[in-house]
Amino acid sequence: MPQNEYIERWTKQHGKRLDHDERVRKREAREAHKQSKDAQNLRGLRAKLYQQKRHAEKIQMRKRIKAQEEKNVKSSAPSEPSKTPLPQYLLDRSQATNAKALSSAIKDKRTEKAAKFAVPLPKVKGISEEEMFKVVNTGKKTHKKSWKRMITKPTFVGNDFTRRPVKYERFIRPMGLRYKKANVTHPEMAVTVQLPILSVKKNPQNPLYTQLGVLTKGTVIEVNVSELGIVTSGGKVAWGKYAQVTNTPENDGCVNAVLLV
Amino acid sequence: MATLLPPPSKRQKTEIAEKARLQQEIESIPSDLGSIRVQFFDQATGSATGPAVSVPVGDATVKNLETLLNTLQGNDDDERVPYRFTYQSDNKDKDGQTIDILADLYHSLLKPGLKTTEDTVHLYFTPQAVFRVKAVSRCSASIAGHGEAILATSFSPINSSTMVTGSGDSTARIWDCDTGTPLHTLKGHTSWVLAVSYSPNGLMIATGSMDNTVRIWDAKTGQALGAPLKGHSKWITSLAWEPYHLQQSGHPRLASASKDSTVRIWDVISKRADIVLSGHKGSVNCVRWGGTGKIYTSSHDRSIKVWNSQTGTLIQTLSAHAHRVNHLALSTDFVLRTAYHDHTGKIPESDSEKVAAAKKRFEQAATINNKIVEKLVSASDDFTMYLWDPESSSKPVARLLGHQKEVNHVTFSPDMAYIASAGFDNHVKLWNGRDGKFITTLRGHVGAVYQCCFSADSRLLVSSSKDTTLKVWNVRTGKLSMDLPGHKDEVFAVDWSPDGQKVGSGGKDKAVRIWRN
Repeated sequence: MPQNEYIERWTKQHGKRLDHDERVRKREAREAHKQSKDAQNLRGLRAKLYQQKRHAEKIQMRKRIKAQEEKNVKSSAPSEPSKTPLPQYLLDRSQATNAKALSSAIKDKRTEKAAKFAVPLPKVKGISEEEMFKVVNTGKKTHKKSWKRMITKPTFVGNDFTRRPVKYERFIRPMGLRYKKANVTHPEMAVTVQLPILSVKKNPQNPLYTQLGVLTKGTVIEVNVSELGIVTSGGKVAWGKYAQVTNTPENDGCVNAVLLV
Repeated sequence: MATLLPPPSKRQKTEIAEKARLQQEIESIPSDLGSIRVQFFDQATGSATGPAVSVPVGDATVKNLETLLNTLQGNDDDERVPYRFTYQSDNKDKDGQTIDILADLYHSLLKPGLKTTEDTVHLYFTPQAVFRVKAVSRCSASIAGHGEAILATSFSPINSSTMVTGSGDSTARIWDCDTGTPLHTLKGHTSWVLAVSYSPNGLMIATGSMDNTVRIWDAKTGQALGAPLKGHSKWITSLAWEPYHLQQSGHPRLASASKDSTVRIWDVISKRADIVLSGHKGSVNCVRWGGTGKIYTSSHDRSIKVWNSQTGTLIQTLSAHAHRVNHLALSTDFVLRTAYHDHTGKIPESDSEKVAAAKKRFEQAATINNKIVEKLVSASDDFTMYLWDPESSSKPVARLLGHQKEVNHVTFSPDMAYIASAGFDNHVKLWNGRDGKFITTLRGHVGAVYQCCFSADSRLLVSSSKDTTLKVWNVRTGKLSMDLPGHKDEVFAVDWSPDGQKVGSGGKDKAVRIWRN
């Protein structure tokens, strides 16, 4: 169990409160009343912040309603037969082709041998240890020897990681800088999907960073592509694929990566 | 608290292991069980062959039951038929429970406690093919040639040495499957070839295309036989030849279904459209020509229509589906496709003998209770299938529920005992061909299953899928018999040769693959 998921574990062990659903329903039902009360009664900066937030929410809501309406409209234009040959039984079907196109493009690419070891970002700027680590010197003993480090860059921490006792913990990976998902783009198809990260395969800076799961620009990560429906040549569902981080996650607050094909 | 036995010591454990290794427990039937009463029922008709007979439990093996049944049926020594026995529980709350008698009655029924020796056991029997098809296990040839994806494939009814494929590069090709080489390229269409079909005598090939035409080719030389058959205003979706025993000699006819919601019946020799069947309101996507002279069509307008092939009049409209009907299969598909070519490989000399042989084969296969019955099963986008007996009623015999997504393809086994259906929910399902009862689900594919095809002896099934593999299933056990990876992309078309030797497949990776055992 990940260390911080004690609430989920409790629910798994003991279930929910018997009146959980009712409480949720009531909370939702009260929500509108609370919003209207806030909108009328808040004053000053808090009112300003509240209105800002509400404004953004309303924009999103309108967008969603519009999208929903568009979805319901039946298009009268006859569906153009696709460019790629399809058998008779697939002709009049609308298909989610994105992921599929992705997989076949990957396969086509793989046959070119030269492309096998090329990565989109072959070189990256070095990061010094001083920049990467902050010395932690809280407490007398720690302060004396200064052996404890805090990692200042975003990291990926595996699901089953449990922190070691304080005495033995040399590297601290802050919770706020941990990432579980990456926005992975296929370079040719220009399809971007958010996928769970499975592991950090290689950090070009330093093997130690690979071990620690540091996500910097140029890091090769393994992402879970099972929902894309990519199939291996043996007919099994492929689920791990490599991708390279293309942005600087420490500046951007997200991990963008490009699939290695 | 009761005393706990200490765990076995190491010596004890090694002794037990040694014993287990040396002597396999022999499954024997106890000899003191007396006898059991068995009554045989025909799976095809559901009627009993006679009164119950008493059989000693110790001797009630499948082999002995076969002999007994052959004697009861009055089969001569030289025409003994292998049978398959199933037990269907008459317990209403657990209906659909069918048990295959694998080795003997004791282990299948008595030991699990389903029946006792006091009861009368009702055994349903299905005659099996006297020949046996081996499961294909390896790719004997991967032939490049087509420039685009392969969309349709069909083996010659004569034997497994020639196959035709239609492709997105607007050609069809005839392949020599024995050597794995291309024989002829059928050039002429200007767009994708969507449907290919051998005539029942194996001398002509019809191809239907995206360019709205049908073309006829000589299967031996690969030459076009005259001009294209023009008339449809949209692409051709399906082709069906007139069954051999109904053809006027020298004037075979062909039915072509099209997206333009009509079906045209062509005189292949004079290249004229004899009859146009119009009545469907949506794209017609499957046509079948039955052995009793009826044409069955299914359409996007949710209906199935039955037409008279002589006059072109509508006989029946079968409507029960709630969404477009994707595919039709006739119980007699296999005999109609192969006409007078049977497993012995003997071809009659004269034309009249050929017609007689084809007619005899058809009647033999289709006769149930001294009546010619041609059953129809239809697969639809509403996730269900219906089993019809159009001759007796316009109401469906059964509704086949179970798929969780669109059902794309459905097929009858050559012996008519099973229906196999392939759906976009990654499963192939097996159903009883007589009453449409669910038998089992064949799980294993990880992508949508596009097509499936039975072997000639109905003991095996091959399915092709989006997940780039073919899988061969054992129909009897419902287990995967052989996994055939090799294609590099989706497999659109698969066919098992009528003599059972080879399987041909083609798909998006542009290569035709021939599989054999």
